[in-house]
Amino acid sequence: MPATFTRNPVEIERKDPGTGGKPPLDRRPTGGGGEGDNWGDHPEGHHGPRELLIRYRLGVIFALAGDLMFFVALVSAFFVRQSTGHFDVHDNFINDWRPLAVPTILWLNTAVLLLSGVTMELARRHLFREVDVMDEWLGLGRPAVKRAAPWLAATLVLGLAFLAGQWIAWEQLVHEGYRFMSNDPSSHFFYLITGIHGLHLIFGIFALIGALIGLFTLKKVEYRQVAVDCTAWYWHTMSLFWVFLFVLLEFFQ
Amino acid sequence: MPPDGSLRGAVVDRLMFWNLIAICIIAVVAHLWLIFAVLRRRSAGRGFPVLIRWGLVGAFCVMYTWMALTAQRVWAASRFTGPSLTAMHVEVVGEQFQWYFRYPGPDATFGATRPQLVNAAAGNPLGLDPKDTRGADDVVSSVLVLPAGREVDLQLRSLDVIHGFFIPGMRIKENTVPGLVLHLHFTPEKPGTYPILCSQVCGMGHGRMQARLMVLAPADYTVWLDQRERTRQQAEGE
Amino acid sequence: MKSRILSRIFTTDHRQLGILYLCLALAAAIVGTVLSLMMRIHRVWPNMMVPGVGLVKPENYLAMVTMHGTLMVFFVLLIAPQAGFANLVLPEQIGARRMAFPRINAASFWISVVAFLVLISGAHIKGGSAISGWSSYPPLSALPAAGPGQGLGMDLWLISIGIFCVASWLSAVNMLATILGERRAGMTWSRLPMTVWGWLVTSILSLLIFAVLLAAAVLLFSDRHFGSSFFIPVGDMIDGRVVGHGDGSPLLWLHLFWFFGHPGTYLAVLPGMGLATSLFANFTRRRVAGYRVMAGGLVAIGGLGLLVWGHHMFVSGMNPWAGTAFALTTMAIAVPSTIEVIGWLATLWGGGFRLKTPMLFALGFLSFFIVGGLSGPILAQPALDAYLHNTFFVVAHFHMVMGLAGVFTVFAGVYYWFPLMTGRMMNETLGKLHFWISLIGAYGTFFPMYFAGLAGEPRHYDRLAGPATSFPSLVPLERGITYSAGLLAGAQLLFLWNVFVSARRGMVAEPNPWQASTLEWANGAAYGRIESGPYEYELPAGAEGFHPQWEPAAKEE
Repeated sequence: MPATFTRNPVEIERKDPGTGGKPPLDRRPTGGGGEGDNWGDHPEGHHGPRELLIRYRLGVIFALAGDLMFFVALVSAFFVRQSTGHFDVHDNFINDWRPLAVPTILWLNTAVLLLSGVTMELARRHLFREVDVMDEWLGLGRPAVKRAAPWLAATLVLGLAFLAGQWIAWEQLVHEGYRFMSNDPSSHFFYLITGIHGLHLIFGIFALIGALIGLFTLKKVEYRQVAVDCTAWYWHTMSLFWVFLFVLLEFFQ
Repeated sequence: MPPDGSLRGAVVDRLMFWNLIAICIIAVVAHLWLIFAVLRRRSAGRGFPVLIRWGLVGAFCVMYTWMALTAQRVWAASRFTGPSLTAMHVEVVGEQFQWYFRYPGPDATFGATRPQLVNAAAGNPLGLDPKDTRGADDVVSSVLVLPAGREVDLQLRSLDVIHGFFIPGMRIKENTVPGLVLHLHFTPEKPGTYPILCSQVCGMGHGRMQARLMVLAPADYTVWLDQRERTRQQAEGE
Repeated sequence: MKSRILSRIFTTDHRQLGILYLCLALAAAIVGTVLSLMMRIHRVWPNMMVPGVGLVKPENYLAMVTMHGTLMVFFVLLIAPQAGFANLVLPEQIGARRMAFPRINAASFWISVVAFLVLISGAHIKGGSAISGWSSYPPLSALPAAGPGQGLGMDLWLISIGIFCVASWLSAVNMLATILGERRAGMTWSRLPMTVWGWLVTSILSLLIFAVLLAAAVLLFSDRHFGSSFFIPVGDMIDGRVVGHGDGSPLLWLHLFWFFGHPGTYLAVLPGMGLATSLFANFTRRRVAGYRVMAGGLVAIGGLGLLVWGHHMFVSGMNPWAGTAFALTTMAIAVPSTIEVIGWLATLWGGGFRLKTPMLFALGFLSFFIVGGLSGPILAQPALDAYLHNTFFVVAHFHMVMGLAGVFTVFAGVYYWFPLMTGRMMNETLGKLHFWISLIGAYGTFFPMYFAGLAGEPRHYDRLAGPATSFPSLVPLERGITYSAGLLAGAQLLFLWNVFVSARRGMVAEPNPWQASTLEWANGAAYGRIESGPYEYELPAGAEGFHPQWEPAAKEE
């Protein structure tokens, strides 16, 4: 049983319901699972929901690690470009970086994205509430889904709002004359950084839509947990990246 | 290696020689070990003694440290300090696919250049700015001529792509990078002609981008430079 | 019938995918080898008409060099040892049924195929392929006008590499999730076969470095098409026109590229090093001498490998102090490499081993690794590298360690795991012949290049002409190299024949033909928890008895 559920003291004392097979409950503080949890008596030994969740979480985390390096490379290019210059004929050091005034709507966008992180986490936690998960596992309706779905939808709406806000920021800049294809390196970086982040967020939107659909179509509770959990990790990471990138653009030019 | 003609080159050559000796000996010993092991009948022993293994590793560490330190001294001597104040200055400019060398003339200052003025056909391959009087006495040559025994500070530039300025006979190499002015200093000792090669792929003429360094006795060098000055003045007068 | 073909093509079975990856690497290797032969012929007989190309012009030669390097490094050495072999045996070696994400695994393969097709399409377009070498330094690679092939050819190169980065990233994610999450109960870290350690380190490295290359490629593409100047300095000229308008830094590309490029070379050899360890254990019938040290050595090489990229840039205009720092880290990486080599030599010391073909290739690997690796500390010293950088000394070094040592481990792996792929054995006699001729041809081709480099011969020259006085004396050397290269290439025909004929008509293999102890040879035996190490080969002289990893713990003797 994945360990991130809220412990209800009553549940810890509950006896084995005897419905056949093991209930997805484990009394160990870490949630148990891993080696030795021989679900279904498979020879390999791994087959439980915890293993499934770990596998998918590992995948998402490693993928994000690679993605982080991509942003690291862009950010290091950002700093290098800021400081390179050349000597003109009079031996003056000329640096052509003109700091770009970041459109103020980006502050609003940041707040919206952080709020979406809160709603996302709420959705995720609902899907791990022990009482509801137990019900779903036993086939007694979908209370966890019912609680989580609205929050997931809220995240989706907020995410779209963020993207809309980013688009407005772009429009503002174009209106002021800072286009992507211009000579200006700081505007170049602005578009590049916000654009690539925005692209990642679009992938996140698709993941959210997929998770929402999955909440209602996936058959097993553990699959639903994986769908929402992985989307949540991805979403949180993208929000975190955005905070760093925003601070970079706002304060480090 | 081609004969060394520079003051500090012998140090590099010695370093290279001892390094090569060391790795040749090690390679031969390792292969003897390998061949011995292949031909050997099976021993009942417990395997290779741990102490000797780590002793070997330790010995290699000592060797690597020796290599790093001796090389670092040579590197620092040539790169960490600038040229002496009495060094002469020559500018080296790489362009697809030609090397140009510029001497500052009697005023010992290089004139300004602008890329917009580059016009090799009209005799201004480096884009010397006519408005800058300091450049009026600059001599541009396609052969690098240097007097023996005098330290020279080369100022490396490139007009278009990254080239590699390589004089094997002087044991020096440095890339010429557009947008950067890099410095390289050395002292040619032995008179002679040394090839200059481009060591960084720069386009289809990369293999043809070669020039010559001519090291002359100081008297001969003065003669050469005077002759170039006179030619330049005549060209200006016309 | 049709759906069976389709299901075979779009398979998610990792073993089939492994074979598909190896086929892709083989295709790339064939093209790359043909290109190298054309290059060698042109260097010695510049006026000869090369079939398919005609008279080789300088830009053709440079395009061949670029494609040869790109194909061999990316599509052979960054595919066969990792995705190729790992897909073949990794899940079995850790006791798992399958990879963590089979569909992502399959997607990664097909994306690699797309990258390959994009790359080789460059040869057929107007202007030809890129000519800036596999390391594509800007501004040469940033300005379409800088040379033939630098227009669409360079764009295709960038797109291909970008696609390849995505494929490698996916593959690394899958492999890491598998190694970390899918190990069977009892398969602890100290019971992993050394090949798995190799794949673990390469996967972690892959995650970190391919993203950086992708970022660099995106920035370069932007410079080429979107008017940015990440790499093009102000006032930069090409063909008489001033094109540089912003303060770009060509050195930034060098840093980004080599941050990828150097660990990339370790990606090429680390799995092979793990395989060599396994093979030495298997064929000497001994445990690995110092398992933890060997595994730690692989990890150390991987970790340090991320800190040494500046040794490609000693004379690039980088700060000489940084040069010293990189010289120290580069010399430091010689230490774990030495530990590995001494470990192998120690494992071999006991003698009396079976010289089957996989073992021969592992020994060949060791020989090349020693000879090529020893030239590393020389290049690690900036004072010496100032002379040897971009000469044929470097070419000899990296061909020895990657092209020969790395490729010999690929051969070893193919001969070794052939029974798992096809159920048959490859022909031993042909295999031994392949080995000996390749060994001689390889040394004949690449060892003399050290001397050419010491004489000062630079890289990427399409012919040896001009005032460089040492060049004419090198022509006999070059001729010898070309003949050896022909021999080396010819020997590979033996290999290809062996592979294709043995797949159909080779001797049927017994269940565990090499009497190996690692789990991929368990052949369907049902086993539970893992209780013993990967290399429990008994020592008694002449005994066939040993303890495979899939059997329960041996009683103490």
